[in-house]
Amino acid sequence: MTDASRTVVIGAGHNGLVCAAYLARAGRDVLVLEASHQVGGSAITRELVRGFRVPAVAHLLYLLDPALQQELDLSSHGLVLAKSSLKTIALSEAGEPLVLDGNRVASGPVSAADRSAYTDFIDRMRRLASVLGRQHGRIPPRLGWQRWQDALPAGLIALDIRRLGREHMREFLRIIAMPIQDVLDESFDSPLLKGALALDATLGTKLGPRSGNSVLTYLHRLSGSAAGPDLPRGGMGAVTEALAAAARAAGAEIRLSAPVASLVLSGDRVTGVRLDTGEQIAATTVVSSADPKTTLDRLLGARHLEAEFARRVQHLRSIGTAAKLNLALAALPAFRGLDAAQVGERLLIAPDPGYVDEAFNPAKYRDWSRAPVLEITIPSVSDPELAPPGKHVLSAIVQYAPYDLAAGWDTQRDMFRETVLTVLERYAPGIRRQVVAAELLTPADIERQFRISGGHWHHGELTLDQFMMLRPVAGAAQYAMPVGGLYLCGAGCHPGGGVMGTAGRNAARAVLGGASR
Amino acid sequence: MLDFRARSVCERRATQEPSHLDARPGALPFRMSRHDVIVIGAGHNGLTSAAFLAKAGLKVLVLEKNAWIGGATVSRELYPNWIYSNCSYVCSLLRPEIYRGLELARHGLQIVPYGGGVTFTRDGDVLGNYVDHEVRRREIARYSTRDADAYLRYSRDVMRQCRLVRSMLMRTPPDPTSLKLRDIKEMLHIGRDFAKLGEAAIYDTIRFHTMSIADYLGEYFESDVVKANFAGSGIIGTALGVQSPGTAYVLLHHYMGDVDGQMGAWGFARGGMGAVANALAGALAAHGGQIMMSAPVARIIVRGGRVTGVALENGDEHQAPLVLSGLDPKRTFLKLMDSRDLDPKLVKRARDFKIRGSSGKVNIALDGRPSFPALGPGNPLLAGDMHFLDSLDRYERAYDDWKRGTWSKDPYLDLLLPSITDPTMAPPGKHFMSVFVQYVPPQVEGRDWTDADREGFRKTVFAQISRYSPDFEKLVLHTEVHTPKELEELGGLTEGNIFQGELTFDQLLFNRPFPGFAQYRGPVRGMYLCGSATHPGGGVMAAPGANAAREVLMDLRRANTVPEGWSDD
Repeated sequence: MTDASRTVVIGAGHNGLVCAAYLARAGRDVLVLEASHQVGGSAITRELVRGFRVPAVAHLLYLLDPALQQELDLSSHGLVLAKSSLKTIALSEAGEPLVLDGNRVASGPVSAADRSAYTDFIDRMRRLASVLGRQHGRIPPRLGWQRWQDALPAGLIALDIRRLGREHMREFLRIIAMPIQDVLDESFDSPLLKGALALDATLGTKLGPRSGNSVLTYLHRLSGSAAGPDLPRGGMGAVTEALAAAARAAGAEIRLSAPVASLVLSGDRVTGVRLDTGEQIAATTVVSSADPKTTLDRLLGARHLEAEFARRVQHLRSIGTAAKLNLALAALPAFRGLDAAQVGERLLIAPDPGYVDEAFNPAKYRDWSRAPVLEITIPSVSDPELAPPGKHVLSAIVQYAPYDLAAGWDTQRDMFRETVLTVLERYAPGIRRQVVAAELLTPADIERQFRISGGHWHHGELTLDQFMMLRPVAGAAQYAMPVGGLYLCGAGCHPGGGVMGTAGRNAARAVLGGASR
Repeated sequence: MLDFRARSVCERRATQEPSHLDARPGALPFRMSRHDVIVIGAGHNGLTSAAFLAKAGLKVLVLEKNAWIGGATVSRELYPNWIYSNCSYVCSLLRPEIYRGLELARHGLQIVPYGGGVTFTRDGDVLGNYVDHEVRRREIARYSTRDADAYLRYSRDVMRQCRLVRSMLMRTPPDPTSLKLRDIKEMLHIGRDFAKLGEAAIYDTIRFHTMSIADYLGEYFESDVVKANFAGSGIIGTALGVQSPGTAYVLLHHYMGDVDGQMGAWGFARGGMGAVANALAGALAAHGGQIMMSAPVARIIVRGGRVTGVALENGDEHQAPLVLSGLDPKRTFLKLMDSRDLDPKLVKRARDFKIRGSSGKVNIALDGRPSFPALGPGNPLLAGDMHFLDSLDRYERAYDDWKRGTWSKDPYLDLLLPSITDPTMAPPGKHFMSVFVQYVPPQVEGRDWTDADREGFRKTVFAQISRYSPDFEKLVLHTEVHTPKELEELGGLTEGNIFQGELTFDQLLFNRPFPGFAQYRGPVRGMYLCGSATHPGGGVMAAPGANAAREVLMDLRRANTVPEGWSDD
């Protein structure tokens, strides 16, 4: 037993570290407990095979909160970008690939009409996404309007939508719940272009391009202020290492290899945590960056929750569908239609929206895609230190590989990996012979290795029924949980996942503001 | 055959031309007539609008392309002595305010409630939807005792959502971008209804409107059969699967009606669904309105930015300062109007409007009552909707077939024997079987339906029925097969979509049919929309027609004849 006025943060993922840093800066005595032997959660760089380092799960920065980058001074803690604003290249098996650069079609087999439509589309979507972006840094209001403090922020959201102007406001209210495919069909002809955007809208979700809510997930992806995806030097681990350095500099202590087994309660208040080793650590406040199910079901226990609340947690949808393929390659692979420099961009295999839809269909029946979609990066092109000279690492997100596979992953993992490599070979002939080592992480593996229930990126589907005021569950979107002293700060909370850090920052504000239910 | 008599009366009445039109044959190449209001299409919404406007003292003419009225609310005798409800087949959503406001009972409409209903399982068992609450609970408990308890919560929660939506049906949606007093007041009205629910129910409401029916049911039930039993209402008439977000609302759309004040109950219009149209036509005639049949409109005439009338395909012109279209926006704006009279943005909206055919209808005359061995003869459950999909995966796979451009090979059927409840539908001892089929695409693998396709579709449906009723096929005397193509030809439903447009959030409330045009007024002065493509949508509700009539009367500064909706609580 140590200092009783301590704040314990469970998990040294990016949100846990951000939250710890802010709490320590505010003068709290912060102890971060991390189960693994390294910081970073699923945003880490690790050695796949000797000399080859890969971003284990997350591999691109989209939405890292610019406010916290500045406030925590991440650049002085070592965060440098190896490459910023990556172009997106939609690969074509037979013909010319499509190169997208920001809001512009740089080259590719699309009509002049589609080119100008693309620029209009991205500009329009970014404008609509800015409404979501403005909500990120706010603690979601409670609805019900019993208190004016809650009515005001709800009014602010309405005002943000109204400020779009009549035309855009109408568009926002029309498309927010729509499937991306309908919006794409209204805008474009090119299947390759539509396929790429369909992938953007569905990556990391259990949605197909014809599922409602996929416009929302697309807007969420565009809601950051940065222009395009970035690659940090040293892989994604560099981000969390910088965050850990910032937290330590602010006075937080980070203890590795210290998995939390359960929360300790006294009455209806959390008074500390118990580690796997049996050691108890007292704390007045516990902030968990673990996902809501892990925190509330496993660490706290449903018996400490009101039945209706426990039921909501139990029904939170968090079936991961994204697998991760990491390859060590003996040489730079040659992709059809790409020159060596282009191979370092963000490459997509999603040749048309129908392909993405067919990839999604098996996931509905708890089966994996026979023709999966891929988002590929070869970070060693712009960050040579990740691999030995002349050699490379490839990191790809592969969908759909549902966590709850009917046949179980133990018997299916190898078949799925073979399928993925076969698809890859079609777009990059000869790549199979270049493979030195390969790793395929299914959502089940991600759950096991990174302790994320369901292996879901966002710790819970990012759909309207689990969004903002309803995230993680209705009535608990203000980071404080119904048990005294317990807070959530992970991607399961508003504003969700992707390496943003905003949930951690908001949660710190909730803790410091003493917000409670 | 009371209802047929009623229709022939109003057919006669409707075809009587007004006296001033009696131009001598040959004297004029085309005939012209003048009215206060022209309504295009004698579907139930067109007739409703027309009746309320005639009641307000306006001189109303309804133009109908078919030789009969009703649109998709129609009954026809295609096989001697059998009356089919050819398209729509059951009634619940028809607003009671309209029923009373137009005295439809006096004009011959009688809604007969029916009970029962069953989901057959592949292993020969059933899940019966008994009318008695306790019996039904015990029935669910055979599959899961937890689900039997959850059923109470489920009914309570869904009914709460119904009450919320019901209060909006007879109101014009506000334009959320508008700062007009009326729109702000209406937004506040909705906000107040919302706030009254209380915090927890507000969250439930948002979730309900955005979830898939599979996820929603998953929050209550664990048994796949129980979930499948409730899931059908979430996909009827909709090109979405049970796992598609937004389908929970579609379920609500089928629950929010009532028969004789019994919320969620369904009934048959005695004599077939044509009885609804006949009663509306009777009300119209009683107020002096006219219907002209076999009078397809070719175009809406616009001069100087306002409507002046319509031209028929035969060249006749009918003039009126007000034209209401009961047709969907695609037909109205893209076919009947000149694109030069319209804003290109509106034309694009009409093109993008999602009308997706996803349903078929098979009507069958039977020589006797088919047996369903799982139920045994005379089982009261036979009087209700019979369903044959016993798992959500089967539903979803049926949708996958549609996505790939073919009819479901293991289709969802909503099968009824209306003649058990309503003896006017078939001769004594014989039966009429109404089979609604989901999913059926408007085109087969990208090409038009062929006769061979239609035959294949019929066989698929028959095979599904025969699996649960082995003697059914031997009893068949006559079959009418509607793919979306025939539904389009018969009822004027583009792509055969039974709601005149998908019931998804992007096309509901202030988004229906498009943002900025949800208040029934068209893009040119004097023009209005009154069909199911407007708020609150399809399902033989007649509320769009009534709401449109109210807006017209408001613009004319005339006394309102449309009754106000009432709230349940």
